[in-house]
Amino acid sequence: MMKMTKHVIPGFHFTLGITFFYLSLILLLPLAAFLLYSSGMGMAKFLDVVCDARVFHAYEVSFGTSLAAAIINAVFGLLLAWVLVRYEFPGKRIFDGLIDLPFALPTAVAGIALTTLYAENGWLGRFFYAAGVSSAFSVVGITIALVFVGIPFVARSVQPVLKDLDPSLEEAAVMFGATPWQTFRRVVFPELLSPLLSGAALAFARGIGEYGSVVFIAGNLPYETEIAPLLIMAKLEQFDYQAAAAIAIVMMALSFLILLALNSYQRYRVRRQGV
Amino acid sequence: MQKEKGALGWALIGIAALFLLVMLVLPLVLVASEALAKGWQTYLRAITEPFAVKALYLTLEATVLAVISNTVFGLASAFLLTKFSFRGKSLIGSMIDLPFAISPVVAGLFFIMLFGRMSPLYPFLRAEHITIVFAVPGIILATVFVTFPFITRELVPVMEAQGRDEEEAAATFGASGWQIFRYVTLPNIKWALVYGVILCTARAMGEFGAVSVVSGHVRGKTNTLPLHIEILYNEYNFTAAFAVASILVILAVLILVLRNLAEGRAKRGESHDG
Repeated sequence: MMKMTKHVIPGFHFTLGITFFYLSLILLLPLAAFLLYSSGMGMAKFLDVVCDARVFHAYEVSFGTSLAAAIINAVFGLLLAWVLVRYEFPGKRIFDGLIDLPFALPTAVAGIALTTLYAENGWLGRFFYAAGVSSAFSVVGITIALVFVGIPFVARSVQPVLKDLDPSLEEAAVMFGATPWQTFRRVVFPELLSPLLSGAALAFARGIGEYGSVVFIAGNLPYETEIAPLLIMAKLEQFDYQAAAAIAIVMMALSFLILLALNSYQRYRVRRQGV
Repeated sequence: MQKEKGALGWALIGIAALFLLVMLVLPLVLVASEALAKGWQTYLRAITEPFAVKALYLTLEATVLAVISNTVFGLASAFLLTKFSFRGKSLIGSMIDLPFAISPVVAGLFFIMLFGRMSPLYPFLRAEHITIVFAVPGIILATVFVTFPFITRELVPVMEAQGRDEEEAAATFGASGWQIFRYVTLPNIKWALVYGVILCTARAMGEFGAVSVVSGHVRGKTNTLPLHIEILYNEYNFTAAFAVASILVILAVLILVLRNLAEGRAKRGESHDG
């Protein structure tokens, strides 16, 4: 129970009331309905759905492509943040604003645009196909879509940390004769590791749940390019609500585990540095 | 800090610019090019077609309602989380973050379970002739679910940094809760609020997965713009799909410009105070 304390600023019960009412209506009630329905499924049915080969393959595709996209985004997000913080160049403001485009552009628009770009006769697809890589309707295409969606996460979490980095550390390293690469590797990078990982983990979690940008480019072949959210859709269309719920539970558990791991890692870092 | 770039600096800038150009700018150019592939006449016909206009209205309706209710919630919850200390605070904080960990498709599923045929509420809803899923209310609820953390998330760090001194001083002088909020808190968080509202709007108008699950895809009735684009695209009506998509691209670019303006203002505001 909540302890009754005297608050200096008025409005505690009012704001608590609104917050609690809203969270109950929008979040807790739907979540409870979902859990209630799922609990009626029984373990046998749950395992039956979750261990099905097609479902298992969809997890693998979702997991693998999200991981690949998160790694690519970690590299380029770091590069984007570095360039934005450390250099002055013409068009920098537009450059900076553009990074948030994936947050603002509806995923369905991104989905059809990327599919057309990377299709066999598309502007970029023709180069991929000429090199023997099917860039659309394949795991490559899914990864491209997830890279698009995840671009802002790493860049935006590294950027502020890099900006606040104490320049005297680097100056000291240079003074002691460290090469630029050594300075980056030994002095700068360790400081950026934490925001880099948290940005990549957020991009990864987003990738696992992503639907709009992926469905068009995925091709959606069972056992090949079917992602987990799409399989939920497919089960819904067959009115197999239990199967949809079972797949959803596994996806939610995965996302929570990732975010939990991230949280405990951050806490560990903070404790170790004694901040 | 190293202001002179040298060859390495220019190379890094070049790679980063090329990455943004290929990954972000090219898709936008493609949308414009495909939308106008068959000329302005076809373009105008595609975006003024009745189904497209209806979808636009539904998108605007859902977005406006979601943004208004989320703004009220965002202000109340951020005030609660930053101006008071109480037990259970971190729990409320994590609950607000929950939608970020849930796939939009799963979020849509939640509402099907709550209001659909398998729900304990269904007999009552049916008797009262209330339809929520596969209808407009479901679309609005799903949009609200996916977007409700955005405003709180923008406000909390700003309000935390500002502390409680000003509000406490006002309270000691006998100001009412509303007066404190209106004259002390709100001026301090104005631009952060604008920023949060913009982010929330962007996400609300483009929501696809959650809305797709609860919509039932009834043309002219429960189709938002993103869903309308999907239908056109799957019918191989590419020019029309990209024409409708171009509306959303224009809105997205507008949102980015507004966002940058609000961010600039927010930063300047902070430096004034500090």
